[in-house]
Amino acid sequence: MRVTFTANGKPVEADDVWEGESLLYVLRERVGLPGSKNACEQGECGSCTVYLDGTPVCSCLVAAGQVQDREVRTVEGLAEENGELGLVQQAFIDAGAVQCGFCTPGLLVQTDALLETDAQPSDSDIREALSGNLCRCTGYEKIMDAVRLASARKCAKAASE
Amino acid sequence: MEFLRPATWDEALAAKAEYPTALPISGGTDVMVEMNFDVHRPSAILDLNRITELTEWSIDGDVVRLGASVPYSRIINELSGPLPGLALAAHTVGSPQIRNRGGVGGNLGAASPAGDSHPALLAAGRDVFVEVASVRGTRMIAIDDFYVGVKRNSMEQDELIRAVHIPVADGPQQFSKIGTRNAMVIAVCAFGFALHPKNGTVGTGIGSAAPTPRRAVEAEQYLQGVLAERGLWESGDLLGTEVIQKFGELVKAAASPIDDVRGTADYRRHALAVMARRTLTWTWNDYSKQIRSAA
Amino acid sequence: MNERSERIIQHSAWRSHRTSEARAGGLSTRTIQGQKNLQDIRQASKDGIGGSPLRPDGTLKVKGEFAYSSDMWHEDMLWGMALRSPHPRANILSVDISDALKVPGVYAVLTHDDIPGTKYYGLEIQDQPALAIDKVRYHGEAIALVAADHPETARRAVKKIKVEYEVLTPIVTEEQCLNPEVYGYVHEPHEYKSHGSGNIVHSQKLVSGGGVTDEIRALADVIIKSDYEVGMQDQAFLGPESGLAVPAEDGGIDLYIATQWLHVDRQQMAPVLALPEEKVRLTLAGVGGAFGGREDLSMQIHACLLAQHTGKPVKIVYARDESFFGHVHRHPAKMTYEHGATRDGRLVFADARIVLDGGAYASASPAVVGNAASLGHGPYVIPNVRMEAIALYSNNPSCGAMRGFGAVQAAFAYESQMDKLAAALDMDPVELRQLNAMAEGDYMPTGQQIDSPAPVAELLQRVKDMPLPPPLDLDNLDIRQIPGALSNTSHGEGIVRGIGYSVGIKNVGFSEGFDDYSTARVRIEVIGGEPVAMVHTAMAEVGQGGVTVHAQIVRTELGVEQVTIHPANTEVGSAGSTSASRQTYMTGGAVKLAAEAVKQAVIDKGRRRYGWTQSDLTLIGGKVVSESQGALISVVDLLGDEAIDLTREHHHRPTVPFDKETGQGFGHVQYTFCANRAVVDVDVELGLVKVVELTAAQDVGRALNPLSVVGQIQGGCTQALGLAVMEEIIVKDGKVRNASFTDYLIPTILDTPPIPVDVLERPDPHAPYGLRGVGEAPTVSATPSIVAAIRAATGLALNRIPVRPEHLTDTL
Repeated sequence: MRVTFTANGKPVEADDVWEGESLLYVLRERVGLPGSKNACEQGECGSCTVYLDGTPVCSCLVAAGQVQDREVRTVEGLAEENGELGLVQQAFIDAGAVQCGFCTPGLLVQTDALLETDAQPSDSDIREALSGNLCRCTGYEKIMDAVRLASARKCAKAASE
Repeated sequence: MEFLRPATWDEALAAKAEYPTALPISGGTDVMVEMNFDVHRPSAILDLNRITELTEWSIDGDVVRLGASVPYSRIINELSGPLPGLALAAHTVGSPQIRNRGGVGGNLGAASPAGDSHPALLAAGRDVFVEVASVRGTRMIAIDDFYVGVKRNSMEQDELIRAVHIPVADGPQQFSKIGTRNAMVIAVCAFGFALHPKNGTVGTGIGSAAPTPRRAVEAEQYLQGVLAERGLWESGDLLGTEVIQKFGELVKAAASPIDDVRGTADYRRHALAVMARRTLTWTWNDYSKQIRSAA
Repeated sequence: MNERSERIIQHSAWRSHRTSEARAGGLSTRTIQGQKNLQDIRQASKDGIGGSPLRPDGTLKVKGEFAYSSDMWHEDMLWGMALRSPHPRANILSVDISDALKVPGVYAVLTHDDIPGTKYYGLEIQDQPALAIDKVRYHGEAIALVAADHPETARRAVKKIKVEYEVLTPIVTEEQCLNPEVYGYVHEPHEYKSHGSGNIVHSQKLVSGGGVTDEIRALADVIIKSDYEVGMQDQAFLGPESGLAVPAEDGGIDLYIATQWLHVDRQQMAPVLALPEEKVRLTLAGVGGAFGGREDLSMQIHACLLAQHTGKPVKIVYARDESFFGHVHRHPAKMTYEHGATRDGRLVFADARIVLDGGAYASASPAVVGNAASLGHGPYVIPNVRMEAIALYSNNPSCGAMRGFGAVQAAFAYESQMDKLAAALDMDPVELRQLNAMAEGDYMPTGQQIDSPAPVAELLQRVKDMPLPPPLDLDNLDIRQIPGALSNTSHGEGIVRGIGYSVGIKNVGFSEGFDDYSTARVRIEVIGGEPVAMVHTAMAEVGQGGVTVHAQIVRTELGVEQVTIHPANTEVGSAGSTSASRQTYMTGGAVKLAAEAVKQAVIDKGRRRYGWTQSDLTLIGGKVVSESQGALISVVDLLGDEAIDLTREHHHRPTVPFDKETGQGFGHVQYTFCANRAVVDVDVELGLVKVVELTAAQDVGRALNPLSVVGQIQGGCTQALGLAVMEEIIVKDGKVRNASFTDYLIPTILDTPPIPVDVLERPDPHAPYGLRGVGEAPTVSATPSIVAAIRAATGLALNRIPVRPEHLTDTL
């Protein structure tokens, strides 16, 4: 089947999609957006997290046909329009929250979504929001630092505007 | 394999009639795991995402009509007042991302004994109904008649779940679930409990500790008897350790768990007794406070 | 760009950028268009060693543009998939592939009959068939391969391969393994390719002092003897085993792969593919974590066989369930430990037997046994020691390398023993440890003297002295912070706090006479009016940050700002494995040697041209500088168009094999130590645990990159936490029961506490910059501290890990 949808603001189209394919597979193998990761493909790791119509979801658990005419935003769509890194992306690098980086794309989308709804989350709120994103390298401490840093920068930016 | 994308509920029923073995998908949080790991290859996938009414809820008098696809995250955010037990259960489902997609309809359709909604729905009372429909018409299945076997429910092949009708809570409700980690776990076992002061009943629901989700009938009857005989609904007085203990033992006795990779049968029984005691204590404390503040 | 790179991969219009950037170093590299980490990573920064510059691959990783092995793509590629055995032990009577071949879209179905070369491979012992030959020895062993146009086509074809099995009773328990005449052989006696025999892969004994005899026992006032058990842990890296094999016009193969050691992969692959090594070219693709699980081959040979056979590029990506079957795990262990001490707490003897289940194939079992035997006494001075460690062959899943191997299992046992001894002697458990702690100058039971700092007692003191977290505030309870969290199991009921301590020892680098040298190539030239250095190694960057450190070393040694990291591949000499906490020591050391040689060559060039006679010349800030006379010339002016390009090997000091009977010998390169304090809350009624805080103190010799060092320690502690309370591959009668992330649980962010880290820097005079390997020590030491804390909260013995709710509620 053919599936057409919007990915990071651009229309995309995939042909000969097998009906059982996931959005994750279509993104990674058919439309050149392999940033979302394929760690478990059962909704247990969060590394494939994307925005679907503005809501973060596991793209491995969305059937390709379900995204027809809908909007998807992936890690590749988190940078600023001028190509500079987004605030959350920069914070993850600065805080040392990236090691192997396989969990990073999903964490970035989920963190971005958290800070959109709550720019100043408590530590418990951060842990709850990120509890569906497994990381095997960092022990999460630097990820906590990154989210706190992104939060502080976002609040500072909002205050200065 | 076909991929069917009905735009309306009637189209969905027609599609299901034409492809009775089609697998309905909404949030995809169960279905896609089976697809990705080659557990299931249905003749067709029936996507319900375009049917917006499935993601709506309404309150009609004392009953919430909850669309089958209302995601758990919205149940937590929007319905923790009228449906506190279900909202607590929803908060234990998977991860935030899963809660953004999954809904009660999927839990009911899969009818896994480990589904997190079931204990809360059972505890919410015997007048919880699952609204299912086919081209032949609509019927309301009482929650106590819904679960019929391991991952089997009482629906016909051509039927789809449209909504669940759940009484608005008239007393405190609780939900507890055991997992061997502190987030993102399938229930080792779970327990839902609700006080229904209006009709003088209590509700229980046991998850992951029997072939189907089930009610602890004797525990309910025992507690209802004690509450009525001792006038506790009116007084809000302490239940006493003995009652709480006995209730826990009866809940434990109602389970028939197995040993599996997630836990032993003995542990499940033990944990159910503890959760039953604790949830009863929490709800009763809340209820007592309400009585005392009303007095 | 050479011809090959044009043929490979147009990932998409959005991913093709600036291929010319790959040539910044002026190098002939094989690149994949648009996949920038397979090209040079160039970074401008002033940070040398001791700083914490940002990762050179960080930007690509946060943009989703870093190409991991599973991201490889070729427009003409096929998908490879394996048929795996549902039985742990069976004879294969027949394999019928005819129906599978008929599936439209299938290009090849292969069995061991189609292997062109040697059929066996292995890290240390070549005992594993690339595809099963007439029998299967573990659940999940690969039997046949399919290449098809889509993963679903491949899955359908795999299901159409008909295998007739004669199912045999698996050999799985220690008793079964050690009685092969009764229960059978996993490998028939004539099949043994090593010194092993009778279902034993490898064994190592050790005796020091007077050994452990009745006379020695009589010297002890208190004796503690217990049995301990460690479950099978999985590395559970997030990036699944995957790669792309591309057949080349010269008859060779190019493989883009996530691995820990490119050269040893190639060494194992080439004979099976019947190719000379130079025609098997490996390039490191992005690696999504490793932790030992990528030391052995997984899909490498399979993808290459399919590519050879079809003449097309073949990609294999394991799904998570297959990943659990596709790599080795941490050895489960059964251990018996006996310790004796005097009334005042001095250790008199230690007697231990450690039985490791190696599963179906040898993998790294010999090295695991060596570590268990030589480190199994812990970081303590014990005058009389007797140890025996053995690894069994069984029909359980193969076990091999995982972070801290051999030492992790033993540490759980010896640290549990220390707590029991302290209790029996009514001593503070930290004081007992400190009283017996080894220090520089002491001797290991192997007879090897500890010839660099070993601040074991101080590390313990440091974690003990750190402030404790506040007690649980029951009046302002946030259930997310207590056991059960959002599962809403407690509102404060049943919760008891416990505190536990531990310390551990791990070796760094490969041991027992193995020369695991590393190679580095460093180049300096002028690009765009600036001096630019390039580092080329075959080091597998698996997330640890080795590439960051390499750039730091070069900046420090060459005084340049711009450093380019060349893609890791087999065009340069071996870098050894990214394991055994060795890469910064070994390949970092090689980079240092190569950079020093380049520096010397630059200076010598100036001497030849300008006749400098000063003896105090060095490179700083892009200039040749005399420390007494100041800058002499800029590197740009000195080099002009010339590049200096030198390669050096770094060998650590030699070690020797342990004597098989006595365990004596200078067997290890370096030792590393970490101490932990764990604070836990336990719901004692429900048996649920929440680790509240996990403190670590570790001596790292010298922190080349403090941010990465702390990241390694925190990550290592968290894997140890997983082993303590949740992680176990459950195997019943040889069958894996939980091959998924639904049932093999690793810690989430809600399971992981704050991990304060105290980093000590006591330089090791034998090591480059004085550094000490970092990655494994916390994984060795942290698990026992958590179990000790749970014991403190519950009063239970807890002789098995992971500790399950059943253990805490007597409901097993």
